[in-house]
Amino acid sequence: MTTPTELRTGSARLAGLVAQREISTRLRSKSFLISTGILLLLVLGGIIFGSVTAGSAEDTRVAVTDAAVLDGVEGVEAVPVDTLDEAEQLVRDGDVDAAVVADDNPTGLRVIVDSDVPLDLVTLLSVTPPVDLLNPDALPPGFAYLVAFGFGIVFFTAAMTFGPTIAQSVVEEKQTRVIEILLAAVPTRVLFTGKVIGTSVLAFGQIALIAAMAIIGLTVTGQDELLVGLGSAVIWFVVFFIIGFVMLASLFAATGAMVSRQEDIGATTTPVTMLVMLPYFLVIFFNDNPLVVGIMSYVPFSAPVAMPLRLFLGTAEWWEPLLSLGILAVTTVALIAVGVRIYENSLLKLGARVSWKEALAAR
Amino acid sequence: MPTNDATLEIRNLDKRYGARQVLEDVSFDVHPGRMTGFVGGNGAGKTTTMRIILGVLAADRGTVSIGGVSLDTGGRRRFGYMPEERGLYPKMKLQEQLVYLARLHGLSAADATRNASTLLDQLGLGERRDEPIEKLSLGNQQRAQIAAALVHEPSVLVLDEPFSGLDPMAVDVVVGVLQDRAAAGIPVLFSSHQLDIVERLCDDLVIIADGRIRAAGPRSDLRAQHATLRYELLTSADTAWLRDQPGIDVVEFDGDYALFDAADEAAVQAVLRAATAKGDVLSFARQHPSLAQIFKEVVQ
Repeated sequence: MTTPTELRTGSARLAGLVAQREISTRLRSKSFLISTGILLLLVLGGIIFGSVTAGSAEDTRVAVTDAAVLDGVEGVEAVPVDTLDEAEQLVRDGDVDAAVVADDNPTGLRVIVDSDVPLDLVTLLSVTPPVDLLNPDALPPGFAYLVAFGFGIVFFTAAMTFGPTIAQSVVEEKQTRVIEILLAAVPTRVLFTGKVIGTSVLAFGQIALIAAMAIIGLTVTGQDELLVGLGSAVIWFVVFFIIGFVMLASLFAATGAMVSRQEDIGATTTPVTMLVMLPYFLVIFFNDNPLVVGIMSYVPFSAPVAMPLRLFLGTAEWWEPLLSLGILAVTTVALIAVGVRIYENSLLKLGARVSWKEALAAR
Repeated sequence: MPTNDATLEIRNLDKRYGARQVLEDVSFDVHPGRMTGFVGGNGAGKTTTMRIILGVLAADRGTVSIGGVSLDTGGRRRFGYMPEERGLYPKMKLQEQLVYLARLHGLSAADATRNASTLLDQLGLGERRDEPIEKLSLGNQQRAQIAAALVHEPSVLVLDEPFSGLDPMAVDVVVGVLQDRAAAGIPVLFSSHQLDIVERLCDDLVIIADGRIRAAGPRSDLRAQHATLRYELLTSADTAWLRDQPGIDVVEFDGDYALFDAADEAAVQAVLRAATAKGDVLSFARQHPSLAQIFKEVVQ
């Protein structure tokens, strides 16, 4: 055996080792790979479904005795016939959707269909007055809701997938007792940092993969106009997401350390789960209420969703995201300190659940 | 960096859990090159003391130092520790796990891999290196745990109940490994409540009860201190006459065999003379106190 002359024991290196193990273990776990695969398939499926439904508007087949009546009308395929009877026969047989023939009413046309009034076709044949848009850049209604929902679901999914993951990983070390060997080699806060970093990297990696998939999918299927306009809001979302996620991961790791068995995790992590869910639902339900969204864009637990939404809607001043980000960062640092304390106080207490009083006690 | 010929010194440790005083002024030494047995009943404070030595737990008062240098976590990185609560990552492969632990202790990836590989071969686990811990038999899991304590080539070994739950074969493997390390000149501290193993193995002894050190020192000194004038006698004739011998207290009696305590050396010699006069003396020997006896005496 080799007795090393020089030991490499820098905190950064040790935290890196812990993070590395966290990542490689997860990447080898079948359940993680399968759930990531399913997520990717869902995203891909959604994009393909969107593209198919958008592209399915085929030309309406219309029987005409005089092809000239459809001049200048788009989205209609003319099927020339010789007589009115022949046209009616095609409509009855379902070979065409309708027949359009010349008539002496004011429009000069008559539409013959089997039973349903073809509103699309009627609209196509109608004369519409010209419309001038005074605010051509305004967002289509409902788009704000979609964006709020998008930011919300990404943040929520990441927190609810990886939060419990880190809690489980902490409990595993307690439950298998390997924790004592680890603590003999690595300072508690280094272990904590390594686990939070490892889990965060996994979360960011998975989100990036899904985002890349979505962008490529939307571009390939020609729906990339959806991406335009999100621009800087997305960049802010990423920044808020990273800090916000680290904050939540720390809380999940700390509260996970308070129990000794996987079955008991829910008992102590529930408050953190509530912190994740509440703001998420508030933002989604109140996304059209500027006051609520304004407040939520400063509350650290909802800011990662609410502030990018406001930036997207253009209702935030330039300094607002910076202030909110500052609040989030300070809160994160404070909560990490609390998390480390809970973690330190709880790690070696095996058996019964550690009480909040014990967990938070000063050393 | 502590050197190999430094003594591990535990001084004045106090530890309290709420109202309960778990350790009170605990002090003892673990000398390099010597096996030190740490003996005490359940709840006497062995595990708490060891956790404090490893820095896993903080003491309310007191110091742990090596060669006079107080220890921080960095200094403890050369410690090998086997906790009483055994455990490794169940799904991680054996060798991969050992390499990970060695690297956490500061070894380079190359050194860690080399050490893990050598150690697994030594412990007869070479063919299992790519199996996850949970797939190993119980005995092999115990060996894996020993490997985990040794893989970073520690310069101090602290083992909490290393023999509990081991089958006799595994006990011999562990004993061999520990003796190797001690012979190489590192301090080895191990706790056990299997007093016969401790008696066979240790050079020094530390006895703890109710959080206080009751006795500490070389095993031979302790034996001498607790030695009594107890002798056993086996003759070809009946030994009932011993009861009437002045200064003699018969402890056990069975026809031609007797175990007795003597008041002084003169009384012992008188017994021997009387015995040879009455018949052939087949055996006449002083009884050294067993560790179990010393332990009982010290703890009471």
